[in-house]
Amino acid sequence: MSDTQNLFNKVWDLHTVSTLPSGQTQLFVGLHLIHEVTSPQAFAMLRERGLKVMYPDQTWATVDHIVPTDNQARPFADALAEEMMSAIEKNCREFGVTLLDLDDDRQGIVHVVGPEQGLTQPGQIIVCGDSHTSTHGAFGAIAFGIGTSQVAGVLATQTLALGRPKVRKIEVTGELAPGVYAKDVTLHIIRKLGVKGGIGYAYEYSGEVFDRMTMEERMTVCNMSIEGGARCGYINPDQTTVEYLRGRPNAPQGEEFEKGAKWWLSLASGPDAEYDDIVTFDAADIEPTVTWGINPEQALGVSENIPDAADYPQEDQAGIREAYEYMDLQPGQSITGVKVDVTFIGSCTNGRISDLREAAAIAKGRKVAEGVKALVVPGSQQVLKQAVAEGLDKIFEEAGFEWRAAGCSMCLAMNPDKLKGRELCASSSNRNFKGRQGSPTGRTLLMSPAMVTAAAINGCVSDVREMLEPVGV
Amino acid sequence: MNEIKQVSGSGVPLLLDDIDTDRIIPARFLRCVTFDGLGEYAFEDDREQDPNHTFNNEKYRSGSVLIAGRNFGCGSSREHAPQSLIRWGIKAIIAESFAEIFFGNCTALGTPVVCASRDDLEKLTKLVEEDPSREISVDIESKKVTSGDFECDITILDSARNALLSGQWDFMNLLLENEAATREASQKIPYLNQFAT
Ligand code: SF4
Repeated sequence: MSDTQNLFNKVWDLHTVSTLPSGQTQLFVGLHLIHEVTSPQAFAMLRERGLKVMYPDQTWATVDHIVPTDNQARPFADALAEEMMSAIEKNCREFGVTLLDLDDDRQGIVHVVGPEQGLTQPGQIIVCGDSHTSTHGAFGAIAFGIGTSQVAGVLATQTLALGRPKVRKIEVTGELAPGVYAKDVTLHIIRKLGVKGGIGYAYEYSGEVFDRMTMEERMTVCNMSIEGGARCGYINPDQTTVEYLRGRPNAPQGEEFEKGAKWWLSLASGPDAEYDDIVTFDAADIEPTVTWGINPEQALGVSENIPDAADYPQEDQAGIREAYEYMDLQPGQSITGVKVDVTFIGSCTNGRISDLREAAAIAKGRKVAEGVKALVVPGSQQVLKQAVAEGLDKIFEEAGFEWRAAGCSMCLAMNPDKLKGRELCASSSNRNFKGRQGSPTGRTLLMSPAMVTAAAINGCVSDVREMLEPVGV
Repeated sequence: MNEIKQVSGSGVPLLLDDIDTDRIIPARFLRCVTFDGLGEYAFEDDREQDPNHTFNNEKYRSGSVLIAGRNFGCGSSREHAPQSLIRWGIKAIIAESFAEIFFGNCTALGTPVVCASRDDLEKLTKLVEEDPSREISVDIESKKVTSGDFECDITILDSARNALLSGQWDFMNLLLENEAATREASQKIPYLNQFAT
């Protein structure tokens, strides 16, 4: 392997099975994750053609999107959701795939579970019928979302056809200020490069800020690569990656682990690695960041005012005006003070234990504002267990938050957790599209879990930097 | 093999930017185990909120060539989005640009999705609005869209173009043929082989 190769290209080449007549590469898939929403039709295609799952051991399933987070008794109240649950249970049984079902304490959001269980490892190609598969790139894996026909293809052949994207290195130098989190970094990048900026690219995040991040923070950043239009995002494996994996259930053990670690570290892009593009940001320019509009690019620093459409290129102005109207916000208005009806902490972006800890640190000793519905939804049963062990559930409940069971919950509208009417939600999730949170007219402001907590306490968007001091004792 | 060289039909003008997959098919309709019934729910929420939405307009109900703006199909990887459009009756999409997963999903379903300039898309939209029944032809081979005396160039990724023209867009068979190569490739991947060197 040449020193000028970046991680992306090393991993791509390693997994190349053939070059197809279309010019696309046929890639071997190291880990295939599936969930209940995008897999039933794929299994149906296999059945139609009389095909088997080629590598069942490299395929793992869980349930997350449709799972209710309050009453999980079966059958579910929603007959359609129950039908989907039965379908994945039957499919996994029939095709020999391990399913982390509701009664398995490893169950949770697919992108939380993969890393937690040590399934996600550096140097893999990982796919899942879900766009936020980019999360797994935090380990130096090439991980991306695929459609259902491709899910069927991967089940049957363990490969998929893909054109090689270009690679853009995104450096963030310096140090993040207190109250500025991984979520703010990723929102800042999307805000600056745009929701279409990454089309045709894989993003490599590197530089001091990412070097210092924990694995969970790196997952938050990589998770949102897709919101910036990139096919995937990754961070080079380092000692932080190795230590995260050590001792995890499905990671290699003992001597094999040491061999693995050596190989993982060898994949990292070296100092001479070449890229198609390089962009640099300064951490000092990143504030707690909040979206105000209807896509993740329409974001601002919490101390800024909502921008004027005139400041945007002509071609973007219609979209900006559409956002004012939908969100019922005015140019020049401050984002702080905007009243919220609902707050949501959770999702594959920010539903991990460190997210809950950060939120609990703000919530402790405070109370949710009157009239605000505040949800905390752990990303997995393991996260839930850990949070309970640390007493975080008590802190949240005492502050007036609802403490729920693991699932995607209010990140999208496929389970009972939904916005109603024009409700406005401060959310730690990843999409603020129109109607994303279940009400066709509902509104979403994306921000870090700490900022969501601040919004819940004050009943309006607030600068969490003013609340970092613990209250009381 | 079903070779796709050219698709034609009347137009469905929807020249808007950043149409995400949540709008094409809202998430609640993903609660299903087959794609069969999805056609009638395409743009359900947008149609509800806007009586004048293109998909509410009877004039365009029989149209099959969708005309869209920038970054069409952004957001989730849900194949439900192209599946619902196809079941609605859409056979090809001409837009300024597409989100990548959506683009791949459409191609894998044998639905050509091609790019044209904003200027040409605006002209074509005007023509379709004046006469919704006019026939539009999307030619993958010559990389042109024609409609009466209107003609414009289109771009399409070579790989997608080749797949459509050769009938190999349904990639499953192609991938299956390479089973031996796949097994062989797996032998050189360290993490599948205990990191033996
Ligand atoms: S938490 Fe949200 S983004 Fe993540 S997998 Fe679930 S629905 Fe998708």
